[in-house]
Amino acid sequence: MTTMMATSAAGKKTSRFRIDIRSWVFWLFMAVWALPVVWLVSMSLRDNADILSKFEVIPSKISLNGYTQFFADSSWIGSYMNSVTYTLLNTVLSLIVALPAAYAFSRYTFSGDKHLFFWLLTNRMAPAAVFLLPFFQLYQAVDLFDTPLGVALAHMLFNVPLAVWILEGFMSGVPKQLDEIAEVDGYKFGRFFLTIFIPMIRSGIGVTAFFLFMFSWVELLIARTITATAAKPIAAQMTRTISASGLDWSLLSAAGVMTIIPGVIVIWFVRNYIAKGFALGRV
Amino acid sequence: MDAKKKNNRAWFLVLPVVFVVAFTAIIPLMAVANYSLQDIQGADNRLFVGLDFFKRVATDPNIQDAFARNVTLSMQILFIQIPLGIFLARLMPKSGWKASAALVVVAIPLIIPWNVVGTTWRIFTRSDIGLGGVLINQFTDYNLSESTFDAWATILVMDTWHWTPLVTLLVYAGLRSIPQAYYQAAAIDGASAMAVFRFVELPKLRRVLMIALLLRFMDSFMMYTEPFVVTGGGPGSSTQTLSILLTTIAIGQFDIGVAGAFSLMYFLFIQIFSFLFFTVLTLDERPGATKVTPKLKSKAKEENKEKPVNSKLKKVLK
Repeated sequence: MTTMMATSAAGKKTSRFRIDIRSWVFWLFMAVWALPVVWLVSMSLRDNADILSKFEVIPSKISLNGYTQFFADSSWIGSYMNSVTYTLLNTVLSLIVALPAAYAFSRYTFSGDKHLFFWLLTNRMAPAAVFLLPFFQLYQAVDLFDTPLGVALAHMLFNVPLAVWILEGFMSGVPKQLDEIAEVDGYKFGRFFLTIFIPMIRSGIGVTAFFLFMFSWVELLIARTITATAAKPIAAQMTRTISASGLDWSLLSAAGVMTIIPGVIVIWFVRNYIAKGFALGRV
Repeated sequence: MDAKKKNNRAWFLVLPVVFVVAFTAIIPLMAVANYSLQDIQGADNRLFVGLDFFKRVATDPNIQDAFARNVTLSMQILFIQIPLGIFLARLMPKSGWKASAALVVVAIPLIIPWNVVGTTWRIFTRSDIGLGGVLINQFTDYNLSESTFDAWATILVMDTWHWTPLVTLLVYAGLRSIPQAYYQAAAIDGASAMAVFRFVELPKLRRVLMIALLLRFMDSFMMYTEPFVVTGGGPGSSTQTLSILLTTIAIGQFDIGVAGAFSLMYFLFIQIFSFLFFTVLTLDERPGATKVTPKLKSKAKEENKEKPVNSKLKKVLK
């Protein structure tokens, strides 16, 4: 490879060849990476008798039984809607409290700001298992047990710090002169913040919303612990089915595919910001 | 960067967050501390036991084993996922629709609910109906519920599948921020691919790699759902992570004194790592930190920025 780069004439041809190989290797890896999900989709399109009787890579008989069962049964579609409800609720609530805080962190220094920021981070890193028992008792004590609002609040444990971090990154990208000019022009803070500042960082808010939605959507342990039946998340419905009925592979796979769909749709819109979000706004 | 204004009234903006996090974090943590210090038999029957539960946790062989197991698992995960993530990020297409498609495909494992990741792998590795299980069975006997090695390897491969994309995305973002001129200069010098990686890319990736390293360590140290769904911690306790064990003690056995002490020690361990993480992240922002950007460059930037920004802002305000 050294000689390829050094000699420019030959280098041009071979380097194009080299890039081709790289892209082939990459897509080969991605094909292997996709196998488990492809398998899940393939399972969801066959019925149980078919799955258990013969092993085949490409399904010879397509059946939508899993999906019809999913949509016909109110406990499945209901728990799916529960998940959507508390996830959206969490996203909205987290954004509302995190926006002013992120602004404060990005614009001002104040007593204890560094410590507060660090303390917020530690909550993002806290093991969910630590909070199970107290959450279980706390949410029963305040009558939030088994409600979507309860789960939304519990998920704010890790989502609010995350929102503050990502938003702070985006807000710091907006020049401070904006605030100063607005003040000179006689804007009150509230009006400035709502009508000028927030519209300016709307892409950042969109990305943050995606991450809040995602982390609330993928979490199971806390959501399962503080719900029973009324607000049961789809994820818990799936684990309970595994132990209870005699393993309905087709239905289970269909439900799995259903839980992947929202994320895949939304991810397209934020593809260029994903890394920034995972790095808590600091790439 | 001009200095931020000192303004203690900013606390009012932070208050909602403080209230929410107080409700979701401080109160539960105080409850945990409360459990850990007293033996609660009933509502009116509690006995202050001091550090007894902590001693029991520190000397419990099950917990010690789980700790060692989890550290081993985390180390193996880092050892595999960081190099693999870098490797994949360097192969990713750099522009055009292919780059967009690649970003979405790479990110898909990250947006799957964790228990669905587990379910997917449970189905995939079944030796009767799963593609992966059946394939491996052609070569060697594969049984996840009996063989310790198979169970451990499955967890490792599953986690690699699930979380390497995170490393890839971070490294990819880091690579994109390297100016093309660096590569051209390296090419003129006749640098080998290895040298380009070592002296051009690696220094620029320091920050994202630290983030990836610490995020992966901490997340793998708290791993619960995926191994729980796939192996349930078994066979025996061979894939039981700290979180699985803690959940068993707290919810399963309802042994809340031990669970409380366990939780606090677990939490403290993570805190130490969070501190390390925070220190690394804010290293460049501290007073006296060596700035990487040369002064001339940042000055030129400021001059370029000043005018268009101001006129743009005025337009926005009108």
